[in-house]
Amino acid sequence: MRLRGRIIKEGAVHGEALVSPEPIGFLGGVDPETGVVVEAGHPLRGQSVAGKILVFPTGKGSTVGSYVLYRLAYKGLAPLGIINAASEAIVAVGAIISNIPMVDGIDIGQIRTGDEVTIEGEWVTVRRVARTGQGAEAE
Amino acid sequence: MRLTRHEKQMLAGKEGPAVQKAMEIVTALGRIYGATDLVHVESVQVAGVSYKNLGEAGLLFLREWAREGARVRVPTMLNPAGVDLEQWRALDLPEEFAQRQMEVLDAYAQMGIEMTCTCTPYLIGRVPGLGAHLAWSESSAVAFANSVLGARTNREGGPSALAAAICGRTARYGLHLTENRRATHIVRVACPVRTEVDFGVLGYEVGRRVGKGIPYFVADGAAWNAETTSAGLHLRMLAAAMAAGGAVALFHVQGMTPESELDEIVRPDAEEIRIDSLAEGYARLSSPLEPIDFVSIGCPHASLEELRDVARYLAGRRVRSVLWITTARETRRRAEAAGWVQAIEHAGGHVVSDTCLVVAPVEALGVKTMATNSAKAAFYAPSHSGLQVRLGTLGECLDAAVQGRWAPRRRPTC
Repeated sequence: MRLRGRIIKEGAVHGEALVSPEPIGFLGGVDPETGVVVEAGHPLRGQSVAGKILVFPTGKGSTVGSYVLYRLAYKGLAPLGIINAASEAIVAVGAIISNIPMVDGIDIGQIRTGDEVTIEGEWVTVRRVARTGQGAEAE
Repeated sequence: MRLTRHEKQMLAGKEGPAVQKAMEIVTALGRIYGATDLVHVESVQVAGVSYKNLGEAGLLFLREWAREGARVRVPTMLNPAGVDLEQWRALDLPEEFAQRQMEVLDAYAQMGIEMTCTCTPYLIGRVPGLGAHLAWSESSAVAFANSVLGARTNREGGPSALAAAICGRTARYGLHLTENRRATHIVRVACPVRTEVDFGVLGYEVGRRVGKGIPYFVADGAAWNAETTSAGLHLRMLAAAMAAGGAVALFHVQGMTPESELDEIVRPDAEEIRIDSLAEGYARLSSPLEPIDFVSIGCPHASLEELRDVARYLAGRRVRSVLWITTARETRRRAEAAGWVQAIEHAGGHVVSDTCLVVAPVEALGVKTMATNSAKAAFYAPSHSGLQVRLGTLGECLDAAVQGRWAPRRRPTC
Protein backbone atom coordinates (compact mmCIF):
# COMPACT_ATOMS: atom_id res chain seq x y z
CA MET A 1 0.00 0.00 0.00
CA ARG A 2 1.34 3.42 -0.93
CA LEU A 3 0.12 6.59 0.79
CA ARG A 4 1.02 10.12 -0.20
CA GLY A 5 1.45 12.87 2.37
CA ARG A 6 3.22 16.16 2.79
CA ILE A 7 6.90 16.47 3.58
CA ILE A 8 7.70 18.08 6.92
CA LYS A 9 11.34 16.91 6.99
CA GLU A 10 12.70 15.45 3.76
CA GLY A 11 14.35 12.05 3.95
CA ALA A 12 14.21 8.32 3.29
CA VAL A 13 14.00 5.62 5.98
CA HIS A 14 12.71 2.10 6.38
CA GLY A 15 11.62 0.45 9.62
CA GLU A 16 8.95 -1.09 11.79
CA ALA A 17 5.87 0.94 12.64
CA LEU A 18 4.88 1.80 16.19
CA VAL A 19 1.37 3.23 16.04
CA SER A 20 -0.32 5.37 18.70
CA PRO A 21 -4.01 6.19 18.32
CA GLU A 22 -3.46 9.07 20.76
CA PRO A 23 -1.37 12.27 20.40
CA ILE A 24 2.15 12.22 21.85
CA GLY A 25 3.67 14.95 23.98
CA PHE A 26 7.42 14.54 24.22
CA LEU A 27 8.07 16.75 27.26
CA GLY A 28 7.02 14.62 30.20
CA GLY A 29 5.55 12.00 27.85
CA VAL A 30 8.74 10.29 26.68
CA ASP A 31 11.76 9.62 28.90
CA PRO A 32 14.68 11.44 27.23
CA GLU A 33 17.18 8.98 28.76
CA THR A 34 15.57 5.79 27.43
CA GLY A 35 13.11 6.70 24.66
CA VAL A 36 10.33 4.92 26.55
CA VAL A 37 6.83 6.41 26.65
CA VAL A 38 6.11 7.24 30.30
CA GLU A 39 2.90 9.25 30.18
CA ALA A 40 0.35 7.74 32.57
CA GLY A 41 -2.53 6.11 30.70
CA HIS A 42 -0.91 6.52 27.28
CA PRO A 43 -1.56 3.58 24.90
CA LEU A 44 2.20 3.30 24.17
CA ARG A 45 3.22 3.51 27.82
CA GLY A 46 6.23 1.28 28.50
CA GLN A 47 7.20 0.97 24.80
CA SER A 48 10.32 2.52 23.30
CA VAL A 49 10.12 4.87 20.31
CA ALA A 50 13.82 4.28 19.51
CA GLY A 51 14.47 3.08 15.98
CA LYS A 52 10.77 2.89 15.10
CA ILE A 53 8.70 4.62 12.46
CA LEU A 54 6.53 6.43 14.96
CA VAL A 55 2.96 6.92 13.75
CA PHE A 56 0.53 9.13 15.70
CA PRO A 57 -2.22 11.65 14.98
CA THR A 58 -0.49 14.82 16.16
CA GLY A 59 1.77 16.28 18.84
CA LYS A 60 0.70 17.95 22.07
CA GLY A 61 2.11 19.64 25.15
CA SER A 62 5.01 22.00 25.76
CA THR A 63 7.16 23.47 22.98
CA VAL A 64 10.16 22.22 24.98
CA GLY A 65 9.17 18.84 23.49
CA SER A 66 11.15 19.77 20.35
CA TYR A 67 14.31 19.65 22.46
CA VAL A 68 13.36 16.24 23.90
CA LEU A 69 13.33 14.81 20.36
CA TYR A 70 16.72 16.43 19.76
CA ARG A 71 18.09 14.89 22.93
CA LEU A 72 16.78 11.44 21.93
CA ALA A 73 18.41 11.80 18.50
CA TYR A 74 21.68 12.81 20.11
CA LYS A 75 21.64 9.63 22.17
CA GLY A 76 20.56 7.46 19.24
CA LEU A 77 17.15 6.84 20.83
CA ALA A 78 14.94 8.85 18.49
CA PRO A 79 12.36 7.37 16.14
CA LEU A 80 13.79 6.60 12.67
CA GLY A 81 10.91 8.44 11.04
CA ILE A 82 7.67 10.17 12.03
CA ILE A 83 4.26 9.96 10.38
CA ASN A 84 1.40 12.20 11.56
CA ALA A 85 -2.17 12.66 10.47
CA ALA A 86 -1.82 16.42 11.01
CA SER A 87 1.41 17.71 12.45
CA GLU A 88 1.85 20.75 14.69
CA ALA A 89 4.81 22.95 15.47
CA ILE A 90 6.40 21.07 18.38
CA VAL A 91 7.04 17.71 16.72
CA ALA A 92 7.68 19.31 13.30
CA VAL A 93 10.39 21.58 14.70
CA GLY A 94 11.79 18.67 16.72
CA ALA A 95 12.04 16.48 13.59
CA ILE A 96 13.72 19.23 11.58
CA ILE A 97 16.36 20.08 14.17
CA SER A 98 17.01 16.36 14.77
CA ASN A 99 17.09 15.31 11.09
CA ILE A 100 14.24 12.82 11.44
CA PRO A 101 12.36 12.26 8.16
CA MET A 102 8.74 13.26 8.73
CA VAL A 103 5.53 13.23 6.69
CA ASP A 104 2.02 14.35 7.58
CA GLY A 105 -1.38 14.29 5.91
CA ILE A 106 -1.43 10.49 6.08
CA ASP A 107 -4.47 8.35 6.94
CA ILE A 108 -2.75 6.68 9.87
CA GLY A 109 -5.66 4.26 10.36
CA GLN A 110 -4.11 2.31 7.47
CA ILE A 111 -0.96 1.55 9.47
CA ARG A 112 -0.61 -0.99 12.29
CA THR A 113 2.13 -1.56 14.81
CA GLY A 114 4.58 -4.07 13.35
CA ASP A 115 4.00 -3.07 9.70
CA GLU A 116 7.12 -2.51 7.62
CA VAL A 117 7.06 1.12 6.59
CA THR A 118 9.21 3.09 4.18
CA ILE A 119 9.21 6.89 4.08
CA GLU A 120 10.61 8.38 0.88
CA GLY A 121 9.98 12.09 0.52
CA GLU A 122 6.20 12.50 0.45
CA TRP A 123 5.52 8.78 -0.10
CA VAL A 124 4.84 6.22 2.61
CA THR A 125 4.88 2.53 1.67
CA VAL A 126 3.29 0.07 4.10
CA ARG A 127 3.81 -3.69 4.02
CA ARG A 128 1.85 -5.82 6.41
CA VAL A 129 4.02 -8.54 7.86
CA ALA A 130 2.25 -11.89 8.24
CA ARG A 131 2.19 -13.00 11.84
CA THR A 132 0.48 -15.88 13.61
CA GLY A 133 -3.20 -15.20 14.10
CA GLN A 134 -3.14 -11.99 12.09
CA GLY A 135 -4.25 -13.33 8.71
CA ALA A 136 -2.63 -13.10 5.33
CA GLU A 137 -0.08 -10.66 4.18
CA ALA A 138 -1.57 -7.61 2.59
CA GLU A 139 0.27 -5.26 0.27
CA MET B 1 3.99 28.68 -0.56
CA ARG B 2 5.56 31.49 -2.58
CA LEU B 3 9.22 32.13 -1.80
CA THR B 4 11.40 34.86 -3.28
CA ARG B 5 14.56 33.89 -5.14
CA HIS B 6 16.62 34.89 -2.14
CA GLU B 7 14.46 32.77 0.17
CA LYS B 8 14.78 29.77 -2.14
CA GLN B 9 18.55 30.15 -2.02
CA MET B 10 18.50 30.32 1.77
CA LEU B 11 16.42 27.13 1.85
CA ALA B 12 18.79 25.43 -0.58
CA GLY B 13 21.72 26.07 1.74
CA LYS B 14 23.44 28.88 -0.19
CA GLU B 15 23.93 30.78 3.07
CA GLY B 16 25.16 27.79 5.03
CA PRO B 17 23.63 24.98 7.09
CA ALA B 18 22.46 27.19 9.96
CA VAL B 19 20.34 29.40 7.70
CA GLN B 20 19.11 26.37 5.80
CA LYS B 21 17.88 24.73 9.00
CA ALA B 22 16.17 27.96 10.06
CA MET B 23 14.44 28.25 6.67
CA GLU B 24 13.36 24.60 6.89
CA ILE B 25 11.68 25.35 10.22
CA VAL B 26 9.99 28.54 9.02
CA THR B 27 8.74 27.02 5.75
CA ALA B 28 7.58 23.78 7.42
CA LEU B 29 5.47 25.82 9.85
CA GLY B 30 4.16 27.77 6.86
CA ARG B 31 3.09 24.54 5.16
CA ILE B 32 1.50 23.16 8.32
CA TYR B 33 -0.50 26.31 8.98
CA GLY B 34 -1.33 27.15 5.36
CA ALA B 35 0.77 30.30 4.88
CA THR B 36 0.93 31.77 1.38
CA ASP B 37 4.35 33.37 1.88
CA LEU B 38 6.82 34.63 4.47
CA VAL B 39 6.75 38.01 6.17
CA HIS B 40 9.75 40.04 7.38
CA VAL B 41 9.83 40.47 11.14
CA GLU B 42 10.86 43.66 12.87
CA SER B 43 12.12 41.97 16.03
CA VAL B 44 12.27 38.59 17.72
CA GLN B 45 11.93 37.61 21.36
CA VAL B 46 13.20 34.13 22.19
CA ALA B 47 11.83 31.98 25.01
CA GLY B 48 13.64 28.85 26.12
CA VAL B 49 16.45 30.63 27.94
CA SER B 50 16.34 29.19 31.44
CA TYR B 51 18.47 26.08 31.84
CA LYS B 52 15.63 24.85 34.07
CA ASN B 53 13.42 24.57 30.95
CA LEU B 54 16.05 23.83 28.29
CA GLY B 55 18.02 21.14 30.03
CA GLU B 56 21.12 19.57 28.56
CA ALA B 57 19.41 18.84 25.22
CA GLY B 58 18.47 22.46 24.64
CA LEU B 59 21.99 23.59 25.50
CA LEU B 60 23.50 21.04 23.09
CA PHE B 61 21.20 22.17 20.33
CA LEU B 62 21.93 25.89 20.77
CA ARG B 63 25.68 25.30 20.86
CA GLU B 64 25.52 23.21 17.71
CA TRP B 65 23.43 25.77 15.82
CA ALA B 66 25.77 28.59 16.87
CA ARG B 67 28.76 26.49 15.79
CA GLU B 68 27.16 25.94 12.37
CA GLY B 69 27.10 29.72 11.99
CA ALA B 70 23.63 30.75 13.18
CA ARG B 71 23.48 34.56 13.43
CA VAL B 72 20.38 36.71 13.89
CA ARG B 73 19.45 39.28 11.20
CA VAL B 74 16.98 41.39 13.19
CA PRO B 75 17.05 42.78 16.74
CA THR B 76 16.54 39.75 18.96
CA MET B 77 15.91 39.68 22.68
CA LEU B 78 15.82 36.94 25.28
CA ASN B 79 13.25 35.84 27.80
CA PRO B 80 14.32 35.66 31.47
CA ALA B 81 17.11 33.23 32.31
CA GLY B 82 17.36 30.98 35.34
CA VAL B 83 19.68 33.25 37.34
CA ASP B 84 20.51 36.91 37.85
CA LEU B 85 23.67 37.16 35.77
CA GLU B 86 25.45 39.44 38.21
CA GLN B 87 24.22 38.58 41.67
CA TRP B 88 23.30 34.87 41.60
CA ARG B 89 25.75 34.08 44.41
CA ALA B 90 24.23 36.67 46.71
CA LEU B 91 20.80 35.18 45.97
CA ASP B 92 21.94 31.68 47.00
CA LEU B 93 21.23 30.11 43.61
CA PRO B 94 23.14 26.85 42.96
CA GLU B 95 26.55 27.17 41.27
CA GLU B 96 26.26 24.19 38.91
CA PHE B 97 22.96 25.53 37.59
CA ALA B 98 24.40 29.03 37.17
CA GLN B 99 27.34 27.59 35.24
CA ARG B 100 25.08 25.78 32.77
CA GLN B 101 22.94 28.88 32.47
CA MET B 102 25.98 30.95 31.47
CA GLU B 103 26.78 28.40 28.76
CA VAL B 104 23.27 28.80 27.34
CA LEU B 105 23.69 32.56 27.27
CA ASP B 106 27.12 32.27 25.64
CA ALA B 107 25.54 30.33 22.77
CA TYR B 108 22.85 32.98 22.33
CA ALA B 109 25.43 35.78 22.52
CA GLN B 110 27.45 34.06 19.80
CA MET B 111 24.37 34.32 17.58
CA GLY B 112 24.27 38.09 18.11
CA ILE B 113 21.33 38.19 20.50
CA GLU B 114 20.93 40.99 23.06
CA MET B 115 21.25 39.76 26.65
CA THR B 116 18.08 41.58 27.69
CA CYS B 117 16.57 38.57 29.51
CA THR B 118 13.14 40.03 30.15
CA CYS B 119 9.50 39.17 29.56
CA THR B 120 8.70 42.89 29.18
CA PRO B 121 10.95 44.13 26.33
CA TYR B 122 8.34 46.83 25.67
CA LEU B 123 9.21 48.41 29.06
CA ILE B 124 12.85 48.93 28.08
CA GLY B 125 12.38 50.73 24.81
CA ARG B 126 11.72 47.81 22.43
CA VAL B 127 8.22 49.02 21.58
CA PRO B 128 6.89 47.68 18.28
CA GLY B 129 4.59 49.95 16.31
CA LEU B 130 0.99 49.34 15.30
CA GLY B 131 0.84 46.57 12.70
CA ALA B 132 4.52 45.58 13.07
CA HIS B 133 5.19 41.90 12.37
CA LEU B 134 7.15 40.13 15.11
CA ALA B 135 8.17 36.65 16.16
CA TRP B 136 7.92 36.78 19.94
CA SER B 137 7.55 33.75 22.14
CA GLU B 138 7.04 34.63 25.79
CA SER B 139 3.32 34.21 26.28
CA SER B 140 2.62 37.40 28.26
CA ALA B 141 4.80 39.52 25.94
CA VAL B 142 2.97 38.06 22.92
CA ALA B 143 -0.43 38.87 24.42
CA PHE B 144 0.64 42.40 25.40
CA ALA B 145 2.32 43.18 22.05
CA ASN B 146 -0.65 41.95 20.01
CA SER B 147 -3.36 43.46 22.15
CA VAL B 148 -2.11 46.65 23.74
CA LEU B 149 0.51 47.66 21.16
CA GLY B 150 -1.36 46.37 18.09
CA ALA B 151 1.67 44.48 16.75
CA ARG B 152 1.30 41.08 15.08
CA THR B 153 2.89 37.90 16.36
CA ASN B 154 1.97 34.26 16.86
CA ARG B 155 2.99 32.44 20.03
CA GLU B 156 6.31 31.14 18.79
CA GLY B 157 8.14 28.23 20.41
CA GLY B 158 11.80 28.81 21.36
CA PRO B 159 13.36 27.17 18.26
CA SER B 160 10.81 28.66 15.84
CA ALA B 161 11.41 32.19 17.17
CA LEU B 162 15.13 31.64 16.83
CA ALA B 163 14.65 30.35 13.29
CA ALA B 164 12.70 33.52 12.46
CA ALA B 165 15.56 35.63 13.84
CA ILE B 166 18.12 33.75 11.76
CA CYS B 167 16.01 34.11 8.57
CA GLY B 168 14.61 37.56 9.44
CA ARG B 169 11.23 36.15 8.44
CA THR B 170 8.36 34.09 9.70
CA ALA B 171 5.50 32.32 7.93
CA ARG B 172 2.47 34.54 7.32
CA TYR B 173 -0.35 32.74 9.13
CA GLY B 174 -2.43 33.07 12.28
CA LEU B 175 -2.28 36.48 13.95
CA HIS B 176 -0.20 38.02 11.13
CA LEU B 177 -3.45 38.08 9.13
CA THR B 178 -6.16 40.67 9.85
CA GLU B 179 -9.02 38.20 9.43
CA ASN B 180 -7.66 36.03 12.26
CA ARG B 181 -7.59 38.91 14.75
CA ARG B 182 -11.36 39.17 15.27
CA ALA B 183 -12.79 38.36 18.68
CA THR B 184 -14.24 34.90 19.28
CA HIS B 185 -15.72 35.73 22.68
CA ILE B 186 -17.46 38.77 24.18
CA VAL B 187 -16.66 39.05 27.88
CA ARG B 188 -19.03 41.05 30.09
CA VAL B 189 -17.59 41.72 33.51
CA ALA B 190 -20.33 42.25 36.11
CA CYS B 191 -18.20 42.50 39.26
CA PRO B 192 -15.75 45.22 40.27
CA VAL B 193 -12.23 44.84 38.88
CA ARG B 194 -9.99 47.41 40.53
CA THR B 195 -6.59 46.23 41.67
CA GLU B 196 -3.79 44.65 39.66
CA VAL B 197 -4.62 41.35 41.40
CA ASP B 198 -8.27 41.58 40.31
CA PHE B 199 -7.13 42.04 36.72
CA GLY B 200 -4.86 39.03 37.00
CA VAL B 201 -7.56 36.81 38.50
CA LEU B 202 -10.02 38.00 35.85
CA GLY B 203 -7.45 37.12 33.17
CA TYR B 204 -6.90 33.67 34.65
CA GLU B 205 -10.65 32.95 34.72
CA VAL B 206 -11.20 34.20 31.16
CA GLY B 207 -8.14 32.28 29.94
CA ARG B 208 -9.50 29.07 31.42
CA ARG B 209 -12.80 29.58 29.62
CA VAL B 210 -11.67 30.77 26.19
CA GLY B 211 -8.48 28.67 25.79
CA LYS B 212 -6.95 29.81 22.51
CA GLY B 213 -9.82 32.19 21.79
CA ILE B 214 -9.71 35.98 21.34
CA PRO B 215 -11.76 37.73 24.04
CA TYR B 216 -13.33 41.17 23.59
CA PHE B 217 -13.87 42.84 26.97
CA VAL B 218 -16.81 45.14 27.40
CA ALA B 219 -15.71 47.71 29.98
CA ASP B 220 -19.07 48.99 31.14
CA GLY B 221 -18.87 51.55 33.87
CA ALA B 222 -19.49 50.20 37.34
CA ALA B 223 -17.57 46.95 37.05
CA TRP B 224 -14.66 48.04 34.98
CA ASN B 225 -13.96 51.69 34.39
CA ALA B 226 -11.71 52.21 31.37
CA GLU B 227 -10.79 55.65 32.72
CA THR B 228 -9.19 54.26 35.86
CA THR B 229 -7.70 51.17 34.26
CA SER B 230 -3.98 51.37 33.73
CA ALA B 231 -2.95 50.47 30.20
CA GLY B 232 0.31 49.49 31.85
CA LEU B 233 0.13 47.43 35.03
CA HIS B 234 -3.53 46.35 34.84
CA LEU B 235 -3.45 45.18 31.24
CA ARG B 236 -0.04 43.59 31.76
CA MET B 237 -1.45 41.48 34.60
CA LEU B 238 -4.57 40.67 32.57
CA ALA B 239 -2.52 39.61 29.54
CA ALA B 240 -0.08 37.49 31.53
CA ALA B 241 -2.78 35.61 33.43
CA MET B 242 -4.90 34.97 30.31
CA ALA B 243 -1.89 33.56 28.51
CA ALA B 244 -1.11 31.29 31.47
CA GLY B 245 -4.65 30.20 32.44
CA GLY B 246 -5.46 29.64 28.77
CA ALA B 247 -3.44 30.22 25.63
CA VAL B 248 -4.71 33.70 24.79
CA ALA B 249 -2.39 35.54 22.40
CA LEU B 250 -4.68 38.48 21.60
CA PHE B 251 -7.54 40.28 23.34
CA HIS B 252 -9.41 43.52 22.81
CA VAL B 253 -10.71 45.94 25.44
CA GLN B 254 -13.51 48.24 24.36
CA GLY B 255 -12.24 51.78 24.07
CA MET B 256 -8.75 50.94 25.30
CA THR B 257 -6.85 48.68 22.91
CA PRO B 258 -5.97 49.88 19.40
CA GLU B 259 -8.00 47.38 17.37
CA SER B 260 -11.10 47.39 19.61
CA GLU B 261 -12.90 50.07 17.57
CA LEU B 262 -12.32 48.50 14.15
CA ASP B 263 -15.35 47.47 12.10
CA GLU B 264 -16.37 43.86 12.56
CA ILE B 265 -13.68 43.28 15.18
CA VAL B 266 -16.08 40.85 16.88
CA ARG B 267 -16.99 37.76 14.88
CA PRO B 268 -20.73 37.35 14.30
CA ASP B 269 -20.59 33.91 15.93
CA ALA B 270 -18.73 35.16 19.02
CA GLU B 271 -19.78 33.44 22.23
CA GLU B 272 -20.85 35.58 25.20
CA ILE B 273 -19.26 35.07 28.58
CA ARG B 274 -20.32 36.78 31.79
CA ILE B 275 -18.02 37.08 34.79
CA ASP B 276 -20.16 37.68 37.90
CA SER B 277 -17.51 37.13 40.52
CA LEU B 278 -13.80 36.64 40.90
CA ALA B 279 -14.23 34.54 44.05
CA GLU B 280 -13.71 31.21 42.32
CA GLY B 281 -10.53 32.43 40.64
CA TYR B 282 -9.19 33.74 43.96
CA ALA B 283 -10.03 30.42 45.60
CA ARG B 284 -8.18 28.47 42.92
CA LEU B 285 -5.04 30.59 43.01
CA SER B 286 -4.76 31.70 46.61
CA SER B 287 -4.67 29.93 49.99
CA PRO B 288 -5.30 31.63 53.36
CA LEU B 289 -1.70 31.27 54.54
CA GLU B 290 -0.53 33.13 57.62
CA PRO B 291 3.27 32.80 57.75
CA ILE B 292 4.82 34.16 54.54
CA ASP B 293 8.51 33.41 54.00
CA PHE B 294 8.82 34.65 50.42
CA VAL B 295 7.30 37.69 48.71
CA SER B 296 7.58 37.96 44.95
CA ILE B 297 6.72 41.07 42.94
CA GLY B 298 7.40 41.51 39.22
CA CYS B 299 5.62 38.86 37.15
CA PRO B 300 5.66 40.07 34.43
CA HIS B 301 8.86 42.03 35.15
CA ALA B 302 8.25 45.15 37.22
CA SER B 303 8.18 48.58 35.64
CA LEU B 304 10.13 51.58 36.88
CA GLU B 305 6.92 52.88 38.51
CA GLU B 306 6.46 49.67 40.48
CA LEU B 307 10.06 49.84 41.72
CA ARG B 308 9.43 53.42 42.81
CA ASP B 309 6.27 52.40 44.67
CA VAL B 310 8.10 49.57 46.46
CA ALA B 311 11.00 51.85 47.40
CA ARG B 312 8.63 54.47 48.83
CA TYR B 313 6.68 51.89 50.78
CA LEU B 314 9.79 50.33 52.30
CA ALA B 315 11.38 53.62 53.38
CA GLY B 316 12.22 53.28 57.08
CA ARG B 317 11.08 49.64 57.23
CA ARG B 318 12.83 46.23 57.31
CA VAL B 319 11.55 43.07 55.67
CA ARG B 320 11.45 39.74 57.50
CA SER B 321 10.50 37.55 54.54
CA VAL B 322 12.72 37.00 51.51
CA LEU B 323 11.58 39.76 49.14
CA TRP B 324 12.26 39.55 45.40
CA ILE B 325 11.31 42.28 42.97
CA THR B 326 12.08 40.84 39.52
CA THR B 327 12.69 43.24 36.67
CA ALA B 328 14.67 43.84 33.48
CA ARG B 329 18.35 44.73 34.00
CA GLU B 330 17.75 48.01 32.15
CA THR B 331 14.85 48.91 34.46
CA ARG B 332 17.02 48.05 37.46
CA ARG B 333 19.71 50.45 36.20
CA ARG B 334 17.22 53.27 35.87
CA ALA B 335 15.85 52.57 39.35
CA GLU B 336 19.39 52.54 40.69
CA ALA B 337 20.00 55.98 39.20
CA ALA B 338 16.91 57.20 41.07
CA GLY B 339 18.10 55.63 44.35
CA TRP B 340 15.18 53.20 44.53
CA VAL B 341 17.23 49.98 44.32
CA GLN B 342 19.34 51.18 47.25
CA ALA B 343 16.22 51.99 49.26
CA ILE B 344 14.79 48.51 48.64
CA GLU B 345 18.09 46.81 49.48
CA HIS B 346 18.48 48.94 52.59
CA ALA B 347 15.17 47.49 53.78
CA GLY B 348 16.50 43.98 53.15
CA GLY B 349 14.78 43.33 49.80
CA HIS B 350 16.37 42.15 46.54
CA VAL B 351 15.93 43.75 43.13
CA VAL B 352 16.58 40.74 40.92
CA SER B 353 17.11 41.06 37.19
CA ASP B 354 17.51 38.71 34.21
CA THR B 355 15.34 36.04 35.84
CA CYS B 356 11.99 35.52 37.55
CA LEU B 357 10.42 33.08 39.94
CA VAL B 358 8.84 31.02 37.17
CA VAL B 359 12.20 30.09 35.64
CA ALA B 360 14.69 30.42 38.53
CA PRO B 361 15.35 27.38 40.76
CA VAL B 362 13.42 29.09 43.57
CA GLU B 363 13.00 25.74 45.35
CA ALA B 364 16.72 26.01 46.19
CA LEU B 365 16.02 29.06 48.40
CA GLY B 366 14.32 26.83 50.96
CA VAL B 367 11.10 28.86 51.03
CA LYS B 368 7.65 27.29 51.26
CA THR B 369 5.03 30.01 51.29
CA MET B 370 4.82 32.93 48.91
CA ALA B 371 2.79 36.11 48.66
CA THR B 372 2.50 37.77 45.27
CA ASN B 373 0.33 40.28 43.41
CA SER B 374 0.59 38.25 40.18
CA ALA B 375 -2.06 35.70 39.22
CA LYS B 376 0.37 34.24 36.67
CA ALA B 377 3.01 33.69 39.37
CA ALA B 378 0.34 32.18 41.63
CA PHE B 379 -0.63 29.80 38.82
CA TYR B 380 2.90 28.52 38.17
CA ALA B 381 4.60 28.62 41.59
CA PRO B 382 2.92 25.51 43.08
CA SER B 383 3.83 23.23 40.15
CA HIS B 384 7.17 24.80 39.15
CA SER B 385 8.61 25.53 42.56
CA GLY B 386 6.50 23.65 45.09
CA LEU B 387 5.31 26.83 46.81
CA GLN B 388 2.00 27.57 48.48
CA VAL B 389 0.67 30.95 47.45
CA ARG B 390 -1.36 33.82 48.82
CA LEU B 391 -2.50 36.54 46.45
CA GLY B 392 -2.71 40.18 47.45
CA THR B 393 -2.10 43.68 46.16
CA LEU B 394 1.37 45.20 46.14
CA GLY B 395 0.64 46.93 49.47
CA GLU B 396 -0.66 43.74 51.09
CA CYS B 397 2.33 41.74 49.86
CA LEU B 398 4.79 44.34 51.16
CA ASP B 399 2.98 44.39 54.51
CA ALA B 400 3.45 40.63 54.62
CA ALA B 401 7.15 41.00 53.74
CA VAL B 402 7.69 43.45 56.60
CA GLN B 403 5.81 41.36 59.16
CA GLY B 404 6.84 37.92 57.91
CA ARG B 405 3.18 36.99 58.02
CA TRP B 406 -0.04 37.93 56.31
CA ALA B 407 -1.38 41.07 58.00
CA PRO B 408 -3.29 42.97 55.38
CA ARG B 409 -4.99 46.24 56.00
CA ARG B 410 -7.39 45.63 53.13
CA ARG B 411 -9.16 42.65 51.64
CA PRO B 412 -9.37 41.74 47.97
CA THR B 413 -12.26 43.67 46.52
CA CYS B 414 -14.23 40.94 44.84
